[in-house]
Amino acid sequence: MTRKRRRLILLGGGMTGLAAATAMVLTAFSGNLVFFYGPSELLAKGIGPGRLVRIGGLVEQHSVAHLDGGREVRFRVTDGKTDLPVVYDGVLPDLFREGQGVVAEGKLNGSGVFVASSVLAKHDEKYMPPDVAAALKKAGRWQEGGKPPP
Amino acid sequence: MISRLANPAQFMRVSGAVLPFLAGLAAVVLAVGLVWALVLAPPDYQQGESVRIMFIHVPAAWMALSVYLLMAVASAVALVWRHPLADVAAQAAAPIGAAFTFVCLATGSLWGRPMWGTWWVWDARLTSVLVLFFLYLGYIALVNAFDDASRGARAGALLAVVGVINLPIIKFSVDWWNTLHQPASVFRLGGPTIYISMLLPLLAMALGFALLFAALWLVRMRTALNERKLRALRLHRMAEPRSRPADAAPPGARPAVH
Repeated sequence: MTRKRRRLILLGGGMTGLAAATAMVLTAFSGNLVFFYGPSELLAKGIGPGRLVRIGGLVEQHSVAHLDGGREVRFRVTDGKTDLPVVYDGVLPDLFREGQGVVAEGKLNGSGVFVASSVLAKHDEKYMPPDVAAALKKAGRWQEGGKPPP
Repeated sequence: MISRLANPAQFMRVSGAVLPFLAGLAAVVLAVGLVWALVLAPPDYQQGESVRIMFIHVPAAWMALSVYLLMAVASAVALVWRHPLADVAAQAAAPIGAAFTFVCLATGSLWGRPMWGTWWVWDARLTSVLVLFFLYLGYIALVNAFDDASRGARAGALLAVVGVINLPIIKFSVDWWNTLHQPASVFRLGGPTIYISMLLPLLAMALGFALLFAALWLVRMRTALNERKLRALRLHRMAEPRSRPADAAPPGARPAVH
């Protein structure tokens, strides 16, 4: 009985210590564990031109413009507070459209435009049939890229 | 109840009786779930038909996590209370959990290519699930790395318990950090964000996966126990060749001297 109890305390104590250590490490490195920065974070961190970073946010409504015969595309990525102009020359994922979440990898150029070398689509956690989406839109309960309807 | 079942002989009897029903139920639920998910469920408003990968991917991911949790709990019981069945349970679960994790990673990759535009990214969710896969493989390797099976079981159990730290990281990675992977759709505050006509087939598939796991797990545990019994019998014979009855001795063998 006492040996079992001792093993239990040892295991519990070890796991508590390990959990605490892991929590501290993850908190300390949380800046490196994010996959992308929002436009506000990018500005707040003072990440200047020339550094390879990933930015993420929603494609701002009415901001997508195709240039140069359709391959080069310009759009603005917004997090609701700040928005950032992005230029990209390449193949866009199928889900790319205005209001859609995107993650772009690239660098800021001298004039504050983000030159993307790759653009990935980020889809949200909502799943529904097309007719339900259409009905929600019709009823005006639709927020593109926003929080799910209550 | 648990401690009564923890007796291997009792376990063999009960599991042998339960197994056919469990396997049959798993087959029926999986068949219904697959037709429901792949044929009857509606397409998604933005992902179209590709959303059907979810009905495999998400239950596989849930099983990858729950099987690991089960393995870790069994390992903790083995370490602390030295229950005779706990190590068997943990070791029998590991390859099945690894297979679910592989299915989760593979279907996620196949889904990511058309939807996100990439097979793989090193975001927190994807990376932590890959770590889970390696934990499973490391556990299997460690258990089998010792000549003395009980030492291997002890080392593996410790690894399984320590690795449990990874489970909350996987679950909450999408909330704690920016990831390409979207946040949880089902187990979240405020209820699921999957429409009911897609949620129900998803839950059916999850139940089917769970039943499939339970059936495979019992088969593997029973096999391991039979194997152990065989080995013990063989050792017993090798250790006491003279206790064999004389008529069972090979022809020409010298009669036992008393």
